[in-house]
Order: sequence, then structure tokens, then C-alpha cells
Amino acid sequence: MATVVQRPKLSLLERSYFPAILGGLWITIKHFTQMALGRTKVTMQYPEQKWDSAMPEWYRGAPTLVKDEHGRERCVACQLCEFICPPRAITIKPGELPGNSVWAKVEKFPDKFDIDMIRCIYCGLCEEVCPEQAIFLRKDYSITGLTRAEMVHDKAKLYELGGVMDGLVHKWNEKK
Amino acid sequence: MPSLDFFLQPEIFLVWTSVLKTSVVLGIVLTMVAYSVWAERKVSAFIQDRVGPNRVGWAGLIQPIADGLKLLLKENFVPAGVNKFYFSIAPSLAMVPAILVLGVLPFGSTLFSVPMVIADLNVGVLWVFAVSSLGVYGIVLAGWASNSKYPFLGGIRSSSQMISYELALGLSVVPVFMITSTLNLGQIVQYQIDHGWMVFPAWFAKGPGPLEFSTESGAIFGMSLEKTLLWIPMMISFVVFMIAMFAETNRVPFDLPEAEQELVGGYHTEYSSMRFALFFLGEYAAMIAGAGVIVTLFLGGWSLPFVPDGSHGWFWGLVNIGTFFAKIAAIIFFFLWVRWTLPRFRFDQLMKLGWYVFFEVALVNIFITAGILAYLKS
Repeated sequence: MATVVQRPKLSLLERSYFPAILGGLWITIKHFTQMALGRTKVTMQYPEQKWDSAMPEWYRGAPTLVKDEHGRERCVACQLCEFICPPRAITIKPGELPGNSVWAKVEKFPDKFDIDMIRCIYCGLCEEVCPEQAIFLRKDYSITGLTRAEMVHDKAKLYELGGVMDGLVHKWNEKK
Repeated sequence: MPSLDFFLQPEIFLVWTSVLKTSVVLGIVLTMVAYSVWAERKVSAFIQDRVGPNRVGWAGLIQPIADGLKLLLKENFVPAGVNKFYFSIAPSLAMVPAILVLGVLPFGSTLFSVPMVIADLNVGVLWVFAVSSLGVYGIVLAGWASNSKYPFLGGIRSSSQMISYELALGLSVVPVFMITSTLNLGQIVQYQIDHGWMVFPAWFAKGPGPLEFSTESGAIFGMSLEKTLLWIPMMISFVVFMIAMFAETNRVPFDLPEAEQELVGGYHTEYSSMRFALFFLGEYAAMIAGAGVIVTLFLGGWSLPFVPDGSHGWFWGLVNIGTFFAKIAAIIFFFLWVRWTLPRFRFDQLMKLGWYVFFEVALVNIFITAGILAYLKS
């Protein structure tokens, strides 16, 4: 059944457009003056202002490698993160620790550790799977580069971003 | 000094002062064009609760220069299948009429007793209408020469919009000439100095009336029966002329030739680089020229009540020039304000408004004015 919508009957004044036009002009000039007086809340001016201070603890930014307070690189090159990484962004080349090293019992260390930040999807699975608490997603979110090669974070870059983290479990200390 | 005498001969003096005035006015107007584009973006942003351009220079003030440079450096692309000759001259045809109109507008009183108008024509207003109507040729030619459907639709819309509004535009100012009995824009301004602005005739230097009182500077403030009666047709004229000017300069709500959402930019869809910039420039120059005509005819031109003219010293001459361009800026702000408030009229609504409403209103207004003038004379 078709519904017939009755058009509202407009008075002569309304049909002259003038009340609606003046009403509209009044609304827009209000917005204009509020903005000109700086009373309107506007979007954050990004490169000058950043939301870093308001970032939550659980924020998942760029994955990084960390060292502990003893200066030991915590990664033991077990390659679990490499296997679990959904977009296969991580490439690890394990190396063997020399026998005279303090941490010789650890046996392995990453000779090369590359994370391709073009592929990384910031899922955090590498952090979850790591048995050594070596890889953490930190708060860096603005990862940019001019070339593809620049976007691959190597070991040095990962440690630079990760830095030192204390309060971790030290299961290797008793096996020095 | 013989060389100075050479420059003070009447003919030579006229030539070099005219050249100087022309270049200064052109400079001011082109700067205003650039900054009205900036203002357009800033005002639209403010009305929509945004920030607007704020990267290039403080508050984006160097933005127009960056825009111009970008357009200069772009490739001047000519699509295949266009009519090359008309395609090339159309942008100039859109730009030149707008600039020509500025030649007859009195933009100040006098500076060092040189009248601040480039060409003091006795047919000033006729020149304005004759030349500004030519601007539509640029749009129509661009639309036709582009060999593309959207520009073509834009061009057709422009020509039919023109015939619906030109009549109302011309007829709506006839009452002004009936009251001032002159077509010379300078004399129309002088009339408004003597008798009060057309839109608000509350002060005048001549003619006693019942509701007047004098001020210290000798000018008189007040209303008389004559003023009040003539105010009615003047307001009608002003509103009709203003609305017709919106249509004439292709501004929202009558920007059907462009209609970004329907016609992908309308007549200048196929243009790029400096040719596009010329259209842009022409459009805004036409806006400034139109605002100048409105100011001259209805808002007292360069005059401000109780402010002396240039014969009292060069300072006041400069103040008068500043007043004129400040009034233009105010009108342009109104243009922008309306643009970011109103939606576009549908095409049939626009034709209907032009032919059924404004044409009649303007025509009847002439008779009303004639009646009032006859009553006042008797």
C-alpha cells in the first residue's frame, strides 16, 4: 500500500526562502565567530602536538629487542618469533656464543635479527611467544623511511629502540 | 627644470598618472584575489569548525603564493580533440572583462588633486554591464571548446543563467539612476555623500528635514520623509542587485556552471596549469569587481560619514582609498559567508527565480520609484 506523504503547506514568507536563509546565515556566523575566538575544539595539530603522553600502557608500537640490567642481550635466537610471525616480518640468523663467554651456557645468540617494518602488522605475537622476555612492542608508532631497505630494522636499530628493561626474570644468572 | 615641466603638461600628466593608477589598482586587486582565495579557505574552515590552511607562513598567509607557484610549474596540458584556438583564448576572455570593470570604479576621492578613478566615463554603469556580461563568453567558449560533456553542460548552464539574471541585474539599478539622475559612477558616489548612502540614507550634507540634527563637523544626521520613502525602493534594488550579482559571478547558491559535485568543476574541467589559474583569477576578480560595483552604487563608494575627502590632504585621500577596499572586503566576506551556508539552487528553481520573481520585482520597483519621485516633486 503506497503511503502518500503530505507536503507541508508553506506560508508565503517561508516560500520566499528568506527566513531559512537568514537562519542558516545565523548558524554559520556563530560557528565562524566561535572558531575565530578560539572556543571551538579542533583536531590535534599532529607533528607539533603528539598524543604520546596520553598513550596507554598496553599500546602496541614497533617491536624492539631489549637488554637487561646486566647488559646481556636477552634474545637466545630460539626463532619462535620468526615462526609465529603472521606476515613473516622477522628474519633471524642464529650464532653460537664462544666458550669463554660468561653466558656460555646460553649457547645461542642472534647473529642477525631483522624485522621488516613494511610487513610488520603490530600484532604482538612475537612478544607473547618469546620465552626469554627479549622482544617487546614499545610505543614508537611513526616508523618511516625513504627506501625499503631503510624500513628493515636490523639488530642495532632494534636494540636502540628497545634499550634496557629491568624487572625481568633472570633464569640464566645461576648458570653463569 | 624642463624635464619636470614635460611631465606636468596636461596630456602627459594624464598618461603617466593613468598608467600609475592602473598598475596600482591592478596590483591591489590581484593581491586581493590571491587573498580572497586564502579567505575562502579560511572562512569555509572556520564555518565548518576546521582550522584551515596553517602550514605555509603564519596562519597560512603565504599559501596563495605557494598555490600560484604550484599552478605556474604544472604542465599546461591540452587534451586531444579540443578546439585549440578557442580553448586557448577562453581563459583570457574570462579574466579580462572582470579587470576592465575596475577601470571605471572610483576607488578613492583625490590624491594630490588627481581623481582616483582610472576612466571617469559618463556612461560608467553601462560600461560595467556591457563588459561584465562579456565574461560569460569565456565560460561558454571554454565549455564548448573542451569537447567534453561536463564542461559543455557547464557552458550551457552558464549561458541560460546569464539570460535569466542579466535583465534583473540591469533593471534593478535603474531606480538608482532615476534618483541620482546620472550614469557617472563618480557622481553617484557624490550624490551619496550629499544625501546619504543608498542602503542607509541616515546622514547627508544637504537638504533640511523634520528629523535632523547637526553634528560638529557640519554633516547632518537624521531621516526625512523624502529619505524614508526613497529608502524602500533602494532596499529592493539592493537585494535584487546583490542576488543577481551572486548569479553573475557564479557564486553559490547560483554556481551551476561549476557545480563541483555534479559537473566535476564544470567549464574548467579540462583545464590545467596557468589556464586554469586564469579562470580562477577571473572568477575572483569578477567577484571583487562586482563587490566594487555594489559598494559604489549602494554603499557610498569610498565615502565614510564625517570623514573628509582627499581635498583636505593626502592622508584623507589614502583613508578614502582604504575605505573603498575595506568595503569591498566586507562584501566579499558576505559572498564567502553565503557560499558556505546555502546549498545550490536546482536549475529550474534558478530560472524560475530569475524570470518569475526578480525580473518582475525589479520592473515594479522602477514604477514604485517613479511614483515616489513624482509624489515628492509635486
